[in-house]
Amino acid sequence: MSEPMAINGDMAIAMAWKQIDPDVVAAYPITPQTIIVEAFSDFVANGEVNTEYVCAESEHSALTICVGASAAGARVATATASAGLAFMWEMLYVTASMRMPIIMAVANRTLSGPINIHCDHSDAMGGRDSGWLQLFGENVQEAYDNTIMAFRIAEDMRVRLPIMTCLDGFIITHALERLEMLDDKTVKDFVGPFRPVRPLLDVKQPTTYGPLAMPDYYYELKYQVQASMDAALDVAKKTMDDFAKVSGRKYHLAEGYRTEDADYVMVAMGSTAGTMRYVVDQLRAQGKKVGAVKVRLFRPFPAADVAKLLEGKKAVAVMDRAMSPGTGSPLYMDVLQSISRMKDPPRVSNYVYGLGGRDLIPGQLTEVFQEIMANKGDRINFMGVRK
Amino acid sequence: MNLKELSHTEERLVEGHRLCAGCAEPIIARQVLMGTSKPVVVANATGCFEVSTSNYPFTSWNVPWIHTAFENAPATISGVEAAYNSLKRQNKISEEVKFVVFGGDGATYDIGFQSLSGAIERGHDFLYVCFNNEAYMNTGIQRSGATPKGASTTTCPSGTCTPGKKEFPKDLTRIIIAHDLPYAAQASPHNWKDLIEKSRKGIDTPGPAFINVISPCPRGWRHDGSQTIALSKLAVETCVWPLYEYENGEWRVTGESLRIAEGKKEKRPVMDWLNSQGRFKQLTKSKFSPVADEIQQNVDKKWESLLKLCHM
Amino acid sequence: MANEGSSSLPAGGMIIEAGSSKKYKTGEWRAQRPEVDKAKCTDCLTCWIYCPDNSVMVKDEKMVGFKYSHCKGCGICANQCPVKAITMKEEGVE
Ligand SMILES: Cc1ncc(C[n+]2csc(CCOP(=O)(O)OP(=O)(O)O)c2C)c(N)n1
Ligand code: SF4
Ligand code: SF4
Ligand code: SF4
Ligand SMILES: [Mg+2]
Repeated sequence: MSEPMAINGDMAIAMAWKQIDPDVVAAYPITPQTIIVEAFSDFVANGEVNTEYVCAESEHSALTICVGASAAGARVATATASAGLAFMWEMLYVTASMRMPIIMAVANRTLSGPINIHCDHSDAMGGRDSGWLQLFGENVQEAYDNTIMAFRIAEDMRVRLPIMTCLDGFIITHALERLEMLDDKTVKDFVGPFRPVRPLLDVKQPTTYGPLAMPDYYYELKYQVQASMDAALDVAKKTMDDFAKVSGRKYHLAEGYRTEDADYVMVAMGSTAGTMRYVVDQLRAQGKKVGAVKVRLFRPFPAADVAKLLEGKKAVAVMDRAMSPGTGSPLYMDVLQSISRMKDPPRVSNYVYGLGGRDLIPGQLTEVFQEIMANKGDRINFMGVRK
Repeated sequence: MNLKELSHTEERLVEGHRLCAGCAEPIIARQVLMGTSKPVVVANATGCFEVSTSNYPFTSWNVPWIHTAFENAPATISGVEAAYNSLKRQNKISEEVKFVVFGGDGATYDIGFQSLSGAIERGHDFLYVCFNNEAYMNTGIQRSGATPKGASTTTCPSGTCTPGKKEFPKDLTRIIIAHDLPYAAQASPHNWKDLIEKSRKGIDTPGPAFINVISPCPRGWRHDGSQTIALSKLAVETCVWPLYEYENGEWRVTGESLRIAEGKKEKRPVMDWLNSQGRFKQLTKSKFSPVADEIQQNVDKKWESLLKLCHM
Repeated sequence: MANEGSSSLPAGGMIIEAGSSKKYKTGEWRAQRPEVDKAKCTDCLTCWIYCPDNSVMVKDEKMVGFKYSHCKGCGICANQCPVKAITMKEEGVE
């Protein structure tokens, strides 16, 4: 393990990629992801990686290039955000359905309009049904660690699905924080060599990729993605266990904080988790029985793990940094499905916050706890909006 | 090169595909793939050819083949080629592999134009072949940027007020040549020698190459399937579809077009072309006859300008 | 109707048996059947290069007949044969 350093989240991802040295990277710049591809371009320019770096003319092409390269037999990474991810949308489904284990950093940024470069999770949520795994990091260290674990999870033969490694735009991408990097050999050994499956470039065994499938086969082929998602829960768990052995940092699919004896629990993803734990500590000091759950793996959703953390609680507040106009927000809906078979389920409320980079201050989370402890609040609440 | 020699080449696209009887697309694809004996990887844009040659669980492909979507086949091959370069540099593969893309005119002139332009600008080593049947056939004969003026399609139908498409098509071959790429050409399947030779050049030339091939479509053009090759020849004889190539900055007319340019072959009237297909039949009505004249004038104008580029 | 289960299909919809469409007999689409008069035929192979369905059979550089299992009866071969050695006959009529 090398000396800790101060580095921003985008750079941490670029450093992880450098250690992994993917065969191909194809990307298109967009704030707040751009630092990743700029830094990585430097590594390429200086011969520090073997990667073939393709400057695509759009995000749609960037992801398509990744799919072509992955099918050809290469280990591939890319990065995007916001409008870029939305522009890739068609290809997200294609990537997953073709079972391409591509790793994509998503510097979470809201979607237009109005156009806005700041953080929320709307971009990633647009891809939640596409068949990609989605890991959310809380800070720079997790952005780095998630990236390394992602390659191993995606490339596992039981999974073979693409993964988005999500990090909050600006809040993590641009913030200088402490990072402990693993040494290159540890990373290389942990990730292992890339194992292609029937690569296109194997001209002796010609494979047809991406055929037309009619109603008699489409459903079965789509179900493969579901089966792989099921397997991914175990593979991710096991990968996190193994990662703890080499890094000393132990992660879980969903992480409880002071939840054991809590009656009231807040659930969130990404950088908000730190604020949430701070507020929990404050309220605990006042004798309130509160706790927090951070969801690290959003797809596949670790419903059993989340249910276990929420079992027996009185009320739960689900913090969504995205909205689904006309219904509950994505994380809320998933928490609800997790507890749907519980005998005596907690009262669950949804709080939409932080859209388009709107600041979240700890006092607001304290108020949310107070509201759910008082059995108040609507099912779906839009925190801090001037109505 | 003669047909007897060619008959020994392995078939890279096999029978059992579901293209209409008499479709030109598989004829073109077979000829293009006869342009090299080296291993090839093929990428395909969504369209008639793609859906008909890969109807799961069957494939008509004897070579590695990939389809990802409609508008991005050049990006798909860019990725395959990038992986090839990377793996080769790392000594993970040794074999020489060539890359060929097939896309319809919709995929090429319209929705995938940006992807093609980007891939050419980046300089990937591939041959892009456009099956130009001058409309979106797979989805039921809708207008494209390649649809000729006066043709009736399902989205620019002829009616009492309009004769079909009102605009001339864009000249995509020249737009591609404006990228100043190493090799570009127009071809027709009736002149197999010319098409195979152009394909060979396109495949062997390092860097991007583009061939735009006229591709008669019995269903969309409304002609008998047996006429497919005869019509592709007529397109050349009327100068509606001149055969030419652009190689290292030089323009050259080829095949029948060269003979017409040299005055050794008659340039047939465009009316012969218009009369040969149902999609133009409204142009024979006196009301729309000025349109037929405009088409002839446009063909003449484009032909003269091509000859200038060829210094003829 | 297909009966393979999801887990028995190769991952991601890839087709690992190259050229498997030969098993799909498009000859059933045919309304007219090409017939060759070998007495006229010069083995120029024009019909072979223009057949959209690889259905002109060539052996040792000689045209030896049609692959009726796949020939769709488009009539291009008959139309293009320089010596008119091929005629199209109504399918089912002897
Ligand atoms: C993004 C997208 N838009 C539209 C379609 C529908 N679509 C599929 S093929 C096609 C037309 C294909 O036309 P062309 O490229 O000319 O090929 P052809 O079928 O004529 O050979 C269309 C509109 C699609 N598959 N994807
Ligand atoms: S519609 Fe036209 S292009 Fe499509 S398969 Fe039929 S003949 Fe070929
Ligand atoms: S085109 Fe006619 S002459 Fe030539 S090989 Fe075919 S049948 Fe024989
Ligand atoms: S009729 Fe058409 S499909 Fe049949 S052999 Fe002749 S050209 Fe081929
Ligand atoms: Mg078309």
